[in-house]
Amino acid sequence: MGQVVLKGINKFYDSVHAVKDVNLQIRDKEFVVFVGPSGCGKTTTLRMIAGLEAISSGDISIDGNVINELAPMDRDIAMVFQNYALYPHMSVYDNMAFGLKMRKFERPEIEKRVREAADILGIGELLVRKPRQLSGGQRQRVALGRAIVRHPRVFLFDEPLSNLDAKLRVQMRVELKKLHLRLGTTAIYVTHDQVEAMTLGDRVVVMKDGLVQQVGEPLELYNQPANKFVAGFIGSPAMNFAAVTVTEANGSLIAVNSGLRVKLPDETGQRLRGHIGHEVTLGVRPEDLTVADTADLDHPCFDAVIEVVEQLGSEILLDMRVGEGVMVACVEPTVRVKVRDKLRVAMRPSKLHVFDANTEAAI
Amino acid sequence: MIEGARWRKWVFFYVPMALFLIFLLFPFYWMVITSVRPDGELYRPWNSVNYNPFWTWKPTLDHVRYLFEETLFASWLWNTTFIALASTAISLVCGVFAGYALSRLNFPFAGSLGTGIFITYLVPQTLLFIPLAEIVRNYRLGDTPWSLILTYPTFLIPFCTWLMMGYFKAVPKELEECARIDGASRWQAMLYIVIPVAVPGILSAGIFAFTLSWNEFIYALVFLSSPQQKTVPVGVTSELIRGDVFFWGPLMAGALLGSIPVAVAYSFFVEHYVAGLTGSVKG
Repeated sequence: MGQVVLKGINKFYDSVHAVKDVNLQIRDKEFVVFVGPSGCGKTTTLRMIAGLEAISSGDISIDGNVINELAPMDRDIAMVFQNYALYPHMSVYDNMAFGLKMRKFERPEIEKRVREAADILGIGELLVRKPRQLSGGQRQRVALGRAIVRHPRVFLFDEPLSNLDAKLRVQMRVELKKLHLRLGTTAIYVTHDQVEAMTLGDRVVVMKDGLVQQVGEPLELYNQPANKFVAGFIGSPAMNFAAVTVTEANGSLIAVNSGLRVKLPDETGQRLRGHIGHEVTLGVRPEDLTVADTADLDHPCFDAVIEVVEQLGSEILLDMRVGEGVMVACVEPTVRVKVRDKLRVAMRPSKLHVFDANTEAAI
Repeated sequence: MIEGARWRKWVFFYVPMALFLIFLLFPFYWMVITSVRPDGELYRPWNSVNYNPFWTWKPTLDHVRYLFEETLFASWLWNTTFIALASTAISLVCGVFAGYALSRLNFPFAGSLGTGIFITYLVPQTLLFIPLAEIVRNYRLGDTPWSLILTYPTFLIPFCTWLMMGYFKAVPKELEECARIDGASRWQAMLYIVIPVAVPGILSAGIFAFTLSWNEFIYALVFLSSPQQKTVPVGVTSELIRGDVFFWGPLMAGALLGSIPVAVAYSFFVEHYVAGLTGSVKG
């Protein structure tokens, strides 16, 4: 079992309120990812769960037992650090066996578990080597191996892939996911990379300035962001935002700013009835923008001038000037456009997001 | 490395390097040559045949023999070794624990305590020996090796603590945190992880401490009086300079034999020692 519950967790460093009232229930076998920009409190939260950081107020429990006061060694957790934290003076075998030795396991059992973990991770031949003789990816595997030999109730990962190069990171990401499916141990994973968060997490916790912004499944965060921060943080390239004023003309609502005049679809309009005459933030993802053709006549459209064309092969990113603002569109690779072209861009009506200009909460 | 024409290498590297080496090594050379020169060449060179100030054609081990047979040099050597090893061991144990505590345990005033310890290191021994003499007398330690074994740490512990503090700061905190999650107590994490990783630093501190106590002069001069209790630096200078008579041959032989253990210690640990000074911990 490995059910982790955070109840009203706060962390103060002198006068700095680093983690603010975090409440979260992590189910057994679940893979939960904490994501956010640096300094958002995600690592501090993880360290509080690990017992490396004292909790200022609130309760953390694992399987119903409050563990606030327990030493890290008594929490039955394993952690993988960003810099791997392999013991440099020990061989790979000893690194992996250390936790079991400390817990007074019998020698044959230690041997069995280390071999088993080494087989799973494909590092059987490296057991006699020292950490400095390993590549980054191999070190990462050893760090993982050291965590899994213990059969802990919860795995904690603190940005474990950040030190790897881009290609290896993608490969290890897939392996981590496979490993989780195979072992089924509850995992809490901290990252600043939203792609890792989206691909690995059963659920994702988005944090900013010590506050949890939204908790949800990856697609839920993508499709129904709770506020402008989550909308901008999840998804790559990031969502386009435009400050607009809501006005009414001929019974339908129109969003207007200096370069934009968009007739809002009825479904969005209904939600904005109370905001007529006020400013709101309109959000649309680059992949929900298309070059308008006759089929899109009833879609909300606007005019744009292309500033940069980025060919990615599978798609094209268009950096466009729209009035005084800029927007990015992600279009089919078959679209033929060039810099300084003027074109009419259509938005998918069902994919429009609107946020309150002051609170930034989704409307 | 210097690039370009060959003469540039000579002018900018080999020649300055050779001058520097000569300047540095000449005193040692002089010590060696004097220690094997017969008395005739030392005191009445104008009478000797084929006299050359920088060389001798009649090397002798008489001075070394004199040292071991006519003086208590063997005892001095043993005293110095025992005192240096014991005071280094005490200082290292204290220095390692204090350095760990000051760099890792976040207790109030840890920073100012660290600075305080360093400041005590700056108090000159030439002042400190006065109150220490009083203490040594009160505890009736005068003229015993313990008067030095217990007073040398007054300057060795601050030194080792300061050096180890710097080294422990360079050991990634995560290593220890990982050990504690793995099931080690703070004590075990220090014993099994942090200290083994810090061995180069501990060796550097040890070599430095050993050298400092091996060469120490003032405390040894003040606290020890009987010839059989003396250390090499004090024994050699007090027993081989009588009034205005300098026994140059045995003096230099004593200095040479006295510096060999330190030189051996340095060259033996030089690899670790350099690693310790640069604070390299490979992950």
